[in-house]
Amino acid sequence: MKINREYFREIWQYREIFYFFVWRDVKVRYKQTVLGALWAVLQPFLTMVVFTLFFGKIAKMPSDGIPYPVFSYAALVPWTYFSGALSMSGSSLVGNSHLMTKIYFPRVAVPASSAIVGLIDFAIASVILVGLLLYFDMPLSWGLLAWPLLAIPLFLLALGIGLILASLNVKYRDIKYVIPFGIQLLLFATPIIYPSSIIPEQYRSIFLLNPLSGLIEAFRFVVLPSRNFPLESFLTSLGATIVIFVVGFVYFRKTERYFADII
Amino acid sequence: MQANHEEGVGGNMGQALALEIISKKYTIQTGGGSDRFTDIVVNGVMNKLGLRKRKEEILWALKDVTFTVDQGEVVGIIGRNGAGKSTLLKILSRITYPTYGTMRVEGRVGSLLEVGTGFHEDLSGRENVFLNGSILGMTKKQIQARMDTIIDFAEVERFIDTPIKRYSSGMKLRLGFSVAAHLDTDILFMDEVLAVGDAGFQKKCLDAMGESRKSGRTILFVSHNMAAVESLCSRAIWIEGGKVQEDGKPAEVIRSYMGIYGRQQLVGNRLADLDRFKYVGTGEIRYTQVEFLEMEGSPKNIILSGDIFIVRLHYKAFVPLRNPNFGFKVCNQMGTCITTFSTKLAGIDTSLVVPGEGYVDVEIGPLTLLPGNYFLDLTIHPQLEGGGDIYYGLFDYVEFSVETTGRFFSRIEETEFNPALVFFPSRWKLEGMNLAPGNSA
Repeated sequence: MKINREYFREIWQYREIFYFFVWRDVKVRYKQTVLGALWAVLQPFLTMVVFTLFFGKIAKMPSDGIPYPVFSYAALVPWTYFSGALSMSGSSLVGNSHLMTKIYFPRVAVPASSAIVGLIDFAIASVILVGLLLYFDMPLSWGLLAWPLLAIPLFLLALGIGLILASLNVKYRDIKYVIPFGIQLLLFATPIIYPSSIIPEQYRSIFLLNPLSGLIEAFRFVVLPSRNFPLESFLTSLGATIVIFVVGFVYFRKTERYFADII
Repeated sequence: MQANHEEGVGGNMGQALALEIISKKYTIQTGGGSDRFTDIVVNGVMNKLGLRKRKEEILWALKDVTFTVDQGEVVGIIGRNGAGKSTLLKILSRITYPTYGTMRVEGRVGSLLEVGTGFHEDLSGRENVFLNGSILGMTKKQIQARMDTIIDFAEVERFIDTPIKRYSSGMKLRLGFSVAAHLDTDILFMDEVLAVGDAGFQKKCLDAMGESRKSGRTILFVSHNMAAVESLCSRAIWIEGGKVQEDGKPAEVIRSYMGIYGRQQLVGNRLADLDRFKYVGTGEIRYTQVEFLEMEGSPKNIILSGDIFIVRLHYKAFVPLRNPNFGFKVCNQMGTCITTFSTKLAGIDTSLVVPGEGYVDVEIGPLTLLPGNYFLDLTIHPQLEGGGDIYYGLFDYVEFSVETTGRFFSRIEETEFNPALVFFPSRWKLEGMNLAPGNSA
């Protein structure tokens, strides 16, 4: 299957289906919940409270001179989006198998819209970050304007991996178990609880293998752009993100024609 | 291996659809076939070492299917279960791809393989119209413009803003069909969707389909309902064993299809050795014999309209099964289901069926079928809510005939019957009439 002009024209023709899938998931998401969209904030916020208590207060984790709540929340907002988008898009094809076997549309609409939905929660949770900065009497820098831009590579990374997992999941349901487990491990392999400055120099290159690290670091930097920008790790992450997205997309295209037969 | 699917590419004028040697292969793994990654690794290693032979069965669901359809034709696709009709429809709809062969489609395509595809229980009727319409390929504008007529057609005005999980299944079907009926494409592929809904709504849908036939739209329509194919279609294609068996005028194709059908007339009061017929399902439990018995248990060799009798279904179970749902449908010559019997519908718990043979009886009557020939579709389903593969299904094989009786039809010849499906026991009373003396027979 080619990825050519024809294909993108078809995606354009079907653009409304992306919209309706996102719309459906947003509508359904907090149906029959008492707290509704508050959940978008509660998840990263309560995690931040727990982290502050255990890692900030008790374990005395260094936080590059930033109050630990701000330090961890600035990373938890993109992390919550990333882990949510990854697990939702990774399981999206199987979750929509009744559609896959009954109607044609560009299959990429399913994992892509799953990864888009979380951006709304991300936006809501980001507003709280500003409140947190004000609460801790910290300056609102111009760097914050780059915060939403950083969501673009974060989205592409989540979708890139999500596309691979989603199509693997069609054939191997093991992926269903791999995803939550992998996300759990990734939480510790990414500088969320701790700053990357505590990583010893000799392990730095291994640390850079995780493309999420550079992105999370960048999110944290734009909140408080006083320190040196971690350019090296950011560019590595950006490059890896693009490669992963392209590989994911190509792999998805190659496998999608058999989805309906084996799902 | 090559498979093209082109749309809007030049072709003969007036041709809506051209299929060339479309074939579809399925590889079915039997014996140790599992999709778990570890199993595949283990089996792969075992195969490499020659310790275990993986059995692969190759099934050609379609083989070298070639035909063209002109614009404005309404084509009925008929054939037995498993003949390849659904695979053909899925390839036409681009849900699955042919193993090889080419296909050219001219114009905008819509496909309806089920009613209400993508409906979400938590969304309201109106929201689902948007969702379903969009999935079927309508734009938001088109849906908005047609919203009122869609709601009218579905007859659900009062509940349109209620979540559809509160709808009855009939309401959901009507809403789904209503969206589908307002799909405005040049070509439409449909699967059996007419087999749903109550009779009144079915008629409405058939009328809607008749109208789109007049409007010059091209329709391919898979159905078991021979009456619908004959009345709606301008052409019929009979698919048998993945190949085109016959292609022509509906009446002719249906006649030869009905003739060659592998039906089995009851011998005396029973049809034994059902095992020899090709059934669908897992086969964990199977029917072995159908018997018709008088109420006191002696063989019932002739079935008359109005009779009361017993249908005895002999089965053989190969594994223990919890609460299997035994049942059968009675269908007429045209494939229309007239009535259905099942332990589940009757609210009967069949408990735990242990391996071995046995039978289950159902007492029927008075039989309200008109004289003629009928079929039994025999099934055994798992009792699970909404899921599980069917254990056993034998369709269109078992034929029995109902003879006329003086009790209900004293002087009428069989041929004089209107195409009614059933009769109701009734008595005429003439007391209120002004009759000439001596005419009271």
